[in-house]
Amino acid sequence: MSHDHDHTDPPSDLELRTKALESLLLEKGLVKQDALNAIIETYEHQVGPKNGAHVVAKAWSDLSFKQALLADATATVADLGYVGRQGEHLTVVENTSDIHNLVVCTLCSCYPWTLLGLPPVWYKSAPYRARAVSEPRAVLSEFGTELPEHTDIRVWDSTSEMRYLVLPERPSGTEGWSESQLLALVTRNSMIGVELVRHREEVK
Amino acid sequence: MNDGHDLGGRQGFGSVNAEPESEEPLFHAEWERRIFALTLATGMLGQWNIDESRHARERQHPADYLKHSYYENWLVGLEKLLAEKDLVARIEQDAQCFRVPDAAAARKILRTGGPTLLPDATEPRFCSGDRVRVARCQRVSHTRAPTYVQGASGTVVDHHGTHIYPDQNATGQRAGAHLYCVRFEGTELWGSESSSQSVYVDLWEPYLEEIR
Repeated sequence: MSHDHDHTDPPSDLELRTKALESLLLEKGLVKQDALNAIIETYEHQVGPKNGAHVVAKAWSDLSFKQALLADATATVADLGYVGRQGEHLTVVENTSDIHNLVVCTLCSCYPWTLLGLPPVWYKSAPYRARAVSEPRAVLSEFGTELPEHTDIRVWDSTSEMRYLVLPERPSGTEGWSESQLLALVTRNSMIGVELVRHREEVK
Repeated sequence: MNDGHDLGGRQGFGSVNAEPESEEPLFHAEWERRIFALTLATGMLGQWNIDESRHARERQHPADYLKHSYYENWLVGLEKLLAEKDLVARIEQDAQCFRVPDAAAARKILRTGGPTLLPDATEPRFCSGDRVRVARCQRVSHTRAPTYVQGASGTVVDHHGTHIYPDQNATGQRAGAHLYCVRFEGTELWGSESSSQSVYVDLWEPYLEEIR
């Protein structure tokens, strides 16, 4: 939580409206406090991009797993225990030396929660939602990602309940690495497709 | 509706300005954490579906939708749904009218999710390789056919099966329609400078017209 305001400021309109709503819903018995805590705990501590990084590192290490993942991502990640809300139907798209995939939701904020957790602010913002489909190279470049001119850029607009995860290219120089060493390289942004996975010496 | 939320291809929003991944908190204020949990918890009462909740957030003046932060739109949507579905009055009249989940039930619902795949009731009209055009529509209700592909031609690359059809689901009527993934060339959507890029969009059968 950022604290760039003076603590003597009165609560904002949004804080007050949310507080009023929560008090009403609890008082009337429409929600239970322990359920609210369980929901927050799930997304703050259990479900997050570590899940997706596990899937990616496993796909890099195990060819038959990768083939199963690309053929039926929903069932394949369910076998690892990654099931639930906003991950009911999954497709994994693979980056190669010639193909780069990028995921967006132009209409709202659809995102594979079971593998990546809740989406970052920028993913839900108007600039990303507007521009990822029409000028993906410019958007990528704002993330420091420059691709060769001939690279086939494929943008996946998540308009249905199908959720998309990018399988990034395994970086060179990682031959013989263990799954857990590889896992540490995989960033959330690389699984959305806005960045490439880099070989960072300090990880090894 | 093609109002404030229908953003694909819109110009003038400036750069993305992402926070560095390692520094971004999950929530940026306590009220965001609260409205997130309240939205999920009240959704578990089963009084509205995901398309009704999306539509509740979309039904705002475009200037308001765009001015609001993400979770502010969630707050607006939840306030609207609670009022429209009259939940407070209903539970005051009958304290037992809703099954209100506790922590264990909430965890179970999160793990189960809400799959939208239905058994096929009809044969799919299209198959991979078919050329299709997205019908133009000025629906005033909820739709998941983005404006930027309406009128554009593409190629079916996948059939996902029959899924709940959002346009009807948003009115509380559960019905299925075949769902396809359609590939659009960048040049078709954005002009000749957009070569070597394409956009894949999931579209339901009623949105699509056959190109002969």
